[in-house]
Amino acid sequence: MNTTAVPDTGEPAVRKNSPGAVRGPRRPGRARRTALPYLLLLPALLLEILIHLLPIVIGVVMSFKELTQFYLRDWGAAPWRGLDNFRFAVDFDTPAGESLLKSFTTTCLFTVLSVGLCWLLGTAAAVFMQETFKGRGFLRALFLVPYALPVYAAVITWAFMFQRDNGLINHVLHDQLGLTDSPSFWLIGDNSFWALLIVSVWKGWPFAFLIIMAGLQNIPKELYEAGALDGAGVWQQIRKITLPSLRSVNQVLVLVLFLWTFNDFNTPFVLFGKSAPEAADLISIHIYQSSFATWNFGAGAAMSVLLLLFLLLVTGVYLFFTSRGRKATDA
Amino acid sequence: MAAPRSFVWSRRIFLTLLTGFVLLPVYVMVSSSLKPLEDVSGEFRWMPSGLTIRPYFDIWETVPLAKYFVNSLIVAGAATVCSVIIAIFAAYAVSRYRFRGKRLFTVSVLSTQMFPGILFLLPLFLIFVNIGNTTGVALFGSRGGLILTYLTFSLPFSIWMLIGYFDSVPRELDEAALVDGCGPLKALFRVVVPAAVPGIVAVAVYAFMTAWGEVLFASVMTNDTTRTLAVGLQGYSTQNDVYWNQIMAASLVVSVPVVAGFLLLQRYLVTGLTAGAVK
Repeated sequence: MNTTAVPDTGEPAVRKNSPGAVRGPRRPGRARRTALPYLLLLPALLLEILIHLLPIVIGVVMSFKELTQFYLRDWGAAPWRGLDNFRFAVDFDTPAGESLLKSFTTTCLFTVLSVGLCWLLGTAAAVFMQETFKGRGFLRALFLVPYALPVYAAVITWAFMFQRDNGLINHVLHDQLGLTDSPSFWLIGDNSFWALLIVSVWKGWPFAFLIIMAGLQNIPKELYEAGALDGAGVWQQIRKITLPSLRSVNQVLVLVLFLWTFNDFNTPFVLFGKSAPEAADLISIHIYQSSFATWNFGAGAAMSVLLLLFLLLVTGVYLFFTSRGRKATDA
Repeated sequence: MAAPRSFVWSRRIFLTLLTGFVLLPVYVMVSSSLKPLEDVSGEFRWMPSGLTIRPYFDIWETVPLAKYFVNSLIVAGAATVCSVIIAIFAAYAVSRYRFRGKRLFTVSVLSTQMFPGILFLLPLFLIFVNIGNTTGVALFGSRGGLILTYLTFSLPFSIWMLIGYFDSVPRELDEAALVDGCGPLKALFRVVVPAAVPGIVAVAVYAFMTAWGEVLFASVMTNDTTRTLAVGLQGYSTQNDVYWNQIMAASLVVSVPVVAGFLLLQRYLVTGLTAGAVK
């Protein structure tokens, strides 16, 4: 990192003690220059402190306190509980700990399936649409509609489709195809996991499609020409050229999809309301429910801190391995 | 080269199925919004028994949709404007200057992207309640408070994307302006900003879309007068009846502005998002 603030011209900045540097009294112009980047950053810095740093610090402090509705008005007065909130959250012999563990494993499984399916659909669609054909532009715009729709409008429509008595899904499965003996419940019970997954994939895959389409544009045409000369068919070209070339795009994409899906609150909240069925109790809804339904904000904060530590760990490990992989392939 | 038949057929089948999957909810939304209540309360019908545009009039009566609409517009608009303006200054500093703490700043901005919203919700809730109690400034439940919470996700994203955009504007352009005697701010607004318009549009569209669709903060941080569309749509379910036809009509009405805006500005957003992600 550089120690002086000068316009970044891409050349090494002049060190203060280097022979050429003038050490006399600073001219006003130079002083302004030095302060300028900080002045430009000031609004962003102040806001970052207010909306990110301060809440995180308070969140950590909260997680050590007995913060119930009685202390909401003056949370500083809440008694100190040390690690009790954390013990409460991860004591897997109690209902609270057990449900947190269940919610965590549900979220992990859900995230893996959702990210995998989004990636698969996005990749397939992008690869199939790499060459021009009639109606390609129209399809492309159409495929982006789930991404553009506001979450609540889209998810509430799915909620309607999953209604037991007047929904489209049961109408097709039961009335028209006769696959089930009686209309199933989709928004309560074990089916709710699959309902949530379908909605999440519907909403999420266009993003993968978008990013992979952009990645495909960066693959040089010569590679395909060379492949064709060597006698590789379309399918072989996809396997040998397209997919390997998407490696670095996929690394970013998977990480972003993972974080969004793992933290998703909007989809389950609109689909199920304030408390999700056990089979689809994602972690963010679980923390929300633990905090606002039982007014136990201390325990909720402890769970948030644990979630944050988990995400930091996963991201760190992921970045470590992918950047190592990248270096290995570059070498 | 001509694609083999297996490829063409796989493409046809896959894209047809995918189109059906994408369009199914859109069809349900549009068709149900034109049905009478009996039609959406009973067994699902692909074809309405009778078409009616009544739901499109009723939605404004059943809940104060217009008020929610205005609230959403103010909150999403203000969050977008604030984050874009603040991000322009910050991104310019990061893109064009070397200074102590630059890496720390960019890394911390980037890392806040991965934090779950729920992590900020509880502390911000407490901060707002306590500020209200001690100073009488009602942030909790106010539009201003909601705008502030929306900056938690729109600001880091805007800064991150705009740094990438400003980096792609040739330095020679603003250096020439500086040599010509422009101040740095003048160089920013006369040269860099105009050259980065597609990026700024992309960031603004994205920030607006996410704020317009946000549910978590909206459901906790609003009250009767500041409620946004995200929460207001729940008002169509009463104890006895769920007005599904009205819900679908209202969903369509709140979606049209963002979907239209998105399709219009799609090119900017797509290049913007992918420039940030693919790099």
